Amino acid sequence: MTLQLTGASRRDLLKASVIGGGLVLSFSIAAKAEAAAGSGAQALNAFVRVAPDGIVTIMGKNPEIGQGIKTSLPMIIAEELDVPWENVRIEQADCEPKLYGSQFAGGSMATPMNWDDLRKVGAVARAMLVSAAATAWNCPSGDCKTDAGHVIHASTGRKASYGSLVGLCAGVAAPDPKTVVLKNPKDYKIIGKAKPQYDTGKIVTGQPLFGIDVRVPGMLFATFEKSPVFGAKVASADLDAARAVKGVRKVFVVEGGSRLDGLQPGVAVVGDTWWAARKGRNQLKTKWADHPTSKQSSAGYDKRAAELNAGSPMQSLRKDGDVEGALKGAAKTLEAAYSYPFLSHAPLEPQNTTAHFKDGKMEIWAPSQNPEPGRQLVASTLGIKPEDITVHMTRCGGGFGRRLSNDYMVEAAWIARETGAPVKLLWTREDDMHHDLYRPAGYHFFKGGVDAKGNVVAWQDHFVTFGDGAKVASSAGMGATEFPGRFVPNFKIDQSTIPTGVPTGPMRAPGSNAIAFVNQSFIDELAHAAGADPLAFRKQLLGDKPMVGEGPSAYNAGRMQGVLAAVEKMSGWAARGKLPAGTGLGVAFHYSHAGYFAEVVQASVAPATGKIKVEKVWVAADVGRQIVNPAGAINQVQGAALEGISHALYQKITIVDGAVKESNFTNYPLLRMADAPPVEVKFVTSDYPPTGLGEPALPPVIPALCNAIFAATGKRIRSLPIDTKQLKT
Amino acid sequence: MAFKLNVNGKVLEADVDPDTPLLWTLRDTLGILGPKFGCGVAQCGACTVHIDGVAKRSCVLPVSAVGSAQVTTIEAMEHHPIGKKVQAAWMNLDVAQCGYCQPGQIMAATALLAKTPKPTDADIDSAMTNICRCATYTRIRAAIKQASGQHEKA
Repeated sequence: MTLQLTGASRRDLLKASVIGGGLVLSFSIAAKAEAAAGSGAQALNAFVRVAPDGIVTIMGKNPEIGQGIKTSLPMIIAEELDVPWENVRIEQADCEPKLYGSQFAGGSMATPMNWDDLRKVGAVARAMLVSAAATAWNCPSGDCKTDAGHVIHASTGRKASYGSLVGLCAGVAAPDPKTVVLKNPKDYKIIGKAKPQYDTGKIVTGQPLFGIDVRVPGMLFATFEKSPVFGAKVASADLDAARAVKGVRKVFVVEGGSRLDGLQPGVAVVGDTWWAARKGRNQLKTKWADHPTSKQSSAGYDKRAAELNAGSPMQSLRKDGDVEGALKGAAKTLEAAYSYPFLSHAPLEPQNTTAHFKDGKMEIWAPSQNPEPGRQLVASTLGIKPEDITVHMTRCGGGFGRRLSNDYMVEAAWIARETGAPVKLLWTREDDMHHDLYRPAGYHFFKGGVDAKGNVVAWQDHFVTFGDGAKVASSAGMGATEFPGRFVPNFKIDQSTIPTGVPTGPMRAPGSNAIAFVNQSFIDELAHAAGADPLAFRKQLLGDKPMVGEGPSAYNAGRMQGVLAAVEKMSGWAARGKLPAGTGLGVAFHYSHAGYFAEVVQASVAPATGKIKVEKVWVAADVGRQIVNPAGAINQVQGAALEGISHALYQKITIVDGAVKESNFTNYPLLRMADAPPVEVKFVTSDYPPTGLGEPALPPVIPALCNAIFAATGKRIRSLPIDTKQLKT
Repeated sequence: MAFKLNVNGKVLEADVDPDTPLLWTLRDTLGILGPKFGCGVAQCGACTVHIDGVAKRSCVLPVSAVGSAQVTTIEAMEHHPIGKKVQAAWMNLDVAQCGYCQPGQIMAATALLAKTPKPTDADIDSAMTNICRCATYTRIRAAIKQASGQHEKA
């Protein structure tokens, strides 16, 4: 029992692309034929199938990394389908972008990219059920409405459950998505209501959901040793000693390539259990070949950054007005050097993938944020056709951007093919910390000036980052429109780069997670130099023009003023003078991922030890007119804010001799319960389409904390993580 | 070497090297997948199980040291008088984000409540040392309070 879309309607759907004002689907909603086979259920399209008992199964299209997307995207479909949430079951889709459109978890993009499309998916399926009922009742579709999983004939009250219509939908053509009518948001019954994560019951009972939990009959376990200096080749290894360990099945060298987000050189050890494989690995005593980056270090980068700042910058990113002249004419001028370290993502589930190569076809189970490029990487590295590779998307034990790269996936595929059996590759925590694509470190050398009225009249930043000439490393760049660009008449950003062997990549709120720290801290310095209230100073800097700039880089200062005013009120900013000595409030705001966020932190510092207590965080957020799932939304914001606190207090990756010094949570600590403050969240709604929440709450909390420490102690934090020794009095 | 282990009320046999951590015996040999691997050095607590009712990090506990002790994992918590209340509170407050650490958090919270039925914030701070990389600490704290009958908003 499968739905046959006619050739014409199917072609129309496949061709659909955004032209003019009418939103059309960016992907096909063709039925997935096999979905319904044997179950008695009817597939209405690739996302929706209805069973005779009225249970509606909706596919979760995107990778679930803890952002709640497996729940919130199906909520959008269920709303327009008009089915009670209790009747909905969710299944994780495989990686099949031809059926589901783009399937990735990144950039806080899932809600904005799917909001229109998935409402139409639900509405199209609903229209088909209405059409089936209308045909059976011999009345026009327009005479029917739906409610709670039923089609109702409006004038007679005749009612048919969706389940009872299953057999009647087979001949029904899907309507053109452009023609379906979407619900008025005031009628929403699911969207905007707090729904627990669909898998929460499985999570709390410890059921297997994650990549690490995959088990395949006959499966072996693998560990893979790579060079601490990124990309160095294997010079020698005692493979026989490893092979002699009980339970070890296979040991071999992988030649690998030069891509640091691909298959790298190393030694694979495969065993009956992972523990056996690890014991084998302990016997390898691998020696690594010399590598050109083996003398690089964080200390060396620091020295080079200072040298570059002393010379002429390599590039100009933006130049408005006359900064030198404005600095000369300013009432007060400041200079400050800021820096921040490399960071490791450290998702709690170490990287892993299970792979099985059989009869020319590769089957993969992977916790990936970005599975389709993973498939392509496996295809190109192993010489297998992409269509011969199946990628099952497992739940990810955290992502944070790390699993946008699929290096571990291609390793598992390679090792499985070499082994000739299904293999689960699992990294150690140390493997993960030594082979990340790190949040890049960076340096900012500022000059700024304010006039007698507290206006910022000059701003200059020499940004020293990583790259090769004008080409910056992944996620190491800075936009020319970052605030306060366009808000200061005399404004300049220059850039210089340092070559590095350290692979870098996006980490939750990439770019923003560092730039907010430096810019919002230096703004705070200017506010204090002007003798102004730091929050009022920011309002003045934002000005009274609501929109600044045009197109994708437009900055809605009005929305930022809105969240700033909200957080001022929430945090009791006006009463901050009554706080005890050694306690302060700090404020910061940042725009990223289409979200406007203003945050206040209250922190105290113990004078004898310099120990910081973060007492409270307030977050005001504007992500448009609709929060899809308030339960998940608040959780995301609280988690992002606490992650920022963790960056500020603890986290640092240090490069020594071309390799990462830190190895585990012993020397790369993360925030724990005792240091986690309460986080109060308020969503300020505005009449804009809904945008994502995974990332934009993180950036402002770091400068808000540092500014609170300044308010508490008079000491300015210009380098992360915060050195508490400098706070002792 | 064959070890007889008391796991979740059953005697299970595992033929593993004596130095194999309990975590890997449970996961790879016995197929009990609730306890998770996060660090391997007893830092993160994702592998937390109960040994005779006390929360222990199974990633550093050699199977040879378990002896006849009762091993309890997240899989048995729905039959544990406190564990099931903790699970219900976790569900009720929708604590999890990625969920990977939560079995360990629930094991730690259950052991805490068994010893301290009405924990203060300070009790929670000192007992709940497991890492949640998604930082769901606000809701973990609230769920512990709720499971102990002390109501707090998440």
